[in-house]
Amino acid sequence: MILVWLIVILMAGGVLAWISGKINRALPRWIALGSVLAVFGMTLYLWLSNPIPVLDSAWLIQFNQPWIPQWGIDFRLALDGLSLLMLLLTFFLGLLSVLISWREIQTKVAFFHFNLLWVLAGITGVFLTMDLFLFYFFWEVMLIPMYFLIGIWGHENRRYAAFKFFLFTQASGLLMLLAILGLYFIHGRQTGLYTFSYFELLNTTLAPEAARLLMFGFLAAFLVKLPVVPFHSWLPDAHSQAPTAGSVILAGLLLKTGAYGLLRFVLPLFPTATVEFAPWAMLLGVIGIIYGAILAFSQTDLKRLVAYTSVSHMGFVILGVFSFNEWALQGVVMQMITHGLSTGALFIIAGFLYERLHTRDIQKMGGFWTTAPKMGVIALVFVMASLSLPGLGNFIAEFLTLVGSWQANNWLTVFATIGLVMATIYSLRIMQKIFFEANRMEQALPDLNAREMLIAIPMVAMILWLGLYPQPFLDTARPSIQEQLQAYTASPPPPVAMSQLTPQVQLTDTIRLNQILKASRHDPD
Amino acid sequence: MTLTDFQHLMPLLILTFAVLVSMLVIAVGRNHKIMYVITAVSFLAAFASLFELRDVGRYTIEPLLVVDGFGVFYIGMILLTALLISMLSYAYFEQREERKEEYYILLLLATIGACVLVISTHFASLFLGLEILSVSLYALIAYLRTRERSDEAGIKYLILAAFSSAFLLFGMALVYASTGTMEFAGIATAIANFTELPLLLLTGFGLMIVGIGFKLSVVPFHMWAPDVYEGAPAPVTAFIATVSKGGVLGVLIRFFMEVDGFRYPTLVLIFTIVAIASMLAGNLLALLQRNVKRILAYSSIAHLGYLLVAFLTGNQMGVEAVTFYLVAYFITTVGAFGVVAMLSDKERDAEQLEDYRALLWRRPWTAAVFTVMLLSLAGIPLTAGFVGKFYILAAGVNTQLWLLVVMLALNSVIGLFYYIRIVAVMFQQADAEVEMEPRGRLRPSIYLASVGTLTILTLLLVYIGVYPTGLLQVIEGMLAVATP
Repeated sequence: MILVWLIVILMAGGVLAWISGKINRALPRWIALGSVLAVFGMTLYLWLSNPIPVLDSAWLIQFNQPWIPQWGIDFRLALDGLSLLMLLLTFFLGLLSVLISWREIQTKVAFFHFNLLWVLAGITGVFLTMDLFLFYFFWEVMLIPMYFLIGIWGHENRRYAAFKFFLFTQASGLLMLLAILGLYFIHGRQTGLYTFSYFELLNTTLAPEAARLLMFGFLAAFLVKLPVVPFHSWLPDAHSQAPTAGSVILAGLLLKTGAYGLLRFVLPLFPTATVEFAPWAMLLGVIGIIYGAILAFSQTDLKRLVAYTSVSHMGFVILGVFSFNEWALQGVVMQMITHGLSTGALFIIAGFLYERLHTRDIQKMGGFWTTAPKMGVIALVFVMASLSLPGLGNFIAEFLTLVGSWQANNWLTVFATIGLVMATIYSLRIMQKIFFEANRMEQALPDLNAREMLIAIPMVAMILWLGLYPQPFLDTARPSIQEQLQAYTASPPPPVAMSQLTPQVQLTDTIRLNQILKASRHDPD
Repeated sequence: MTLTDFQHLMPLLILTFAVLVSMLVIAVGRNHKIMYVITAVSFLAAFASLFELRDVGRYTIEPLLVVDGFGVFYIGMILLTALLISMLSYAYFEQREERKEEYYILLLLATIGACVLVISTHFASLFLGLEILSVSLYALIAYLRTRERSDEAGIKYLILAAFSSAFLLFGMALVYASTGTMEFAGIATAIANFTELPLLLLTGFGLMIVGIGFKLSVVPFHMWAPDVYEGAPAPVTAFIATVSKGGVLGVLIRFFMEVDGFRYPTLVLIFTIVAIASMLAGNLLALLQRNVKRILAYSSIAHLGYLLVAFLTGNQMGVEAVTFYLVAYFITTVGAFGVVAMLSDKERDAEQLEDYRALLWRRPWTAAVFTVMLLSLAGIPLTAGFVGKFYILAAGVNTQLWLLVVMLALNSVIGLFYYIRIVAVMFQQADAEVEMEPRGRLRPSIYLASVGTLTILTLLLVYIGVYPTGLLQVIEGMLAVATP
């Protein structure tokens, strides 16, 4: 039931925020802050109260309520380690989004917070639902508010960007809907049980041809959302035109729903078809890494630049997902979290700069290191994160991904590694252009104030935690990753993935992992 | 006719009676409010009388009519829609100078026509119903005579509808010539043994499809729709888009299920082409429009194409999908035209996109209602339109009509373009800071009638979108008895 509350609180908070705007202009902000804090607290409690490595099943909580029984549609929510991590990320970034909008958004405050909370509710639903109809439902629910966020509060070219974002995601989503329906009817014909339940549909046996077609339906939605290179063109527009909170949610969360969909649905549902497609997918990933890096280097609009780094970083995600081993998938999950934080932070810094200078053009900036040292340090941390400096979370993520993908495909991994070098180039260019060189601005640049430091410091702390002691996160994700990989047992699970990285917990961890492995093998679920 | 026959025709009799009473009342003295009340009450009474018929099974009134679950459901749908339209009409006509009382008589008559259509099981009753509907519509479309476009629209509809009726009649004659009967059941037995349709019969069916196609405004018989939608008063446009098309679609389904027309590849091919052409042409042409009423006209052409996809599955699930989609489409269309009617002023309807600029900041509630309606037309979750589209897609995938299903998905995306464009215009910032418009330009009671209707429609739309189970149960229950 707590899972339902997560969604209900956000949705109700949104409606309340909209209504309360009539009473007081500041009230919507506080309501939004309160509701996100509430769900964040609940999720933290869930995390702390469930010592994941000792459970026998990957699933922590389930909730099930018939919704449209005629069609076998249930309101089915379930939480495992992967969803839990994604929810933590969602609410953490959600909290920051409310805070950064405190001064930036001054028009239609109430409606803004309504949309913000509903996007979060949609994303929460996507991460929790285990019914494919409901999944599509939430997949669409997060679109409309996002469209409004970009279209109303965005920058100068906002309507074009919002439009493009909407059409790309909607079109690809419809293909996924067709694939879901195809799966539904194939499963129904085989077993006589017409249901959209994820757990039931996992047992569908598919002819290779059908599996391929259905997989492409799902891939269409997820690859566009991720985005993978030929389908990425909505992203730079949407990211650069959205208000800061919108960019943070887009980069930090919406892209992650694509990665999550690949992990949760594509891998377990179509084991044979994905193996066939894997080399191509990995190739697309590598192209994305390099192409995104090159384009990021050549941008002058700061937000566009950061947007293209997302394209590059998301290349690692698809590279990792299609390596089908635990190393790579752990890397992917880490990448989802750390990229959410680091790119979110870069967008926030871009937002800070825009609030002060009213430009996003890095040609016009320069020399802010002396005038705004606090901002400089924060930016430095996240620029370093983006080039995956050891000690910061992104390093763990990309390192694990590359280790995993090396086992799957040597050559592509080599090219992907080149992407890391290119990341260094474009990341350093950000620092160079904005914080060093000569200051071309006439107006003074005030340094970060208390509210802004309140936003920045937790992010720095998180990215350091993820870089220095990622074990809790890896532990949380592991059971569900093994669950997703069950169909690929041909590739044996690597021995004790992370214990070598963090030797201090090696012994106990090995024992624990063996327990889990045993348990999950015997468990029919 | 026996007494039970009359009982089963109670809704129609109530409406007929209401027409007579209305005429007498007008003869005594003109009063808009009284006319409105009579109309609304008679729609409600007719609807209430349907509850008697809920479990009717299948009651045939030889040889013309059949009252069954399907018919009762469709009549109910038509009556409720007509009621909502009459509620919107009250506010709309109150602010206009014309003699407004006869409007309600025509509305009642047209509704009777549509009701007769959906329970007819004989060519004679089919044609009678269609003509009652059409003739009333001729007058309704041109009702606001002083308007610029209304004569054009009325005459266009008159000529084309007369033409299409002629086609339909000729088709019926050919079918009669080769089967020797005008009853649906008789035709079904007469052609039961043919695996391939003989040429004469095929021609007959073809001509009938032309006639029906005009009424449904599917491509290539759609040319009248945008002009008529634009020229007619907004409530009448809503009526054409919903009741008139729904009635014709109802009789089409009944006929085809009865004679099992889906056995013949030629007919299926014709309908497939028509469906694809309607979806494509409707959506693509809508992209070029700047006039909201014309956009909605083209969108309704496309929506008829979607409905034909479910129709083409030719099974129980398809019929249910059509019915469900129709309910969603009725609510949405009435709501959308209701907003247009509400924003219209004395001289002209609010039909230019410009009229909707920054509407959200001027009249937030109206804009919110319109947004929900447009999103439902686009098939976005939380609205009935989404569930309806899902149902159609499911029915199509179930019967493996892949081409049609993919076309539908593709067209949904094209459709999004123009729906979202209207939404975007409404959400645009105004150039100067606009004030909230004063509410009470009309008398508050009238204002409440429109706002209340729109609120009901919006709530209904969201309710069906979130919890469709109830409606599904009703549809499944009522339609189960209908199809043999």
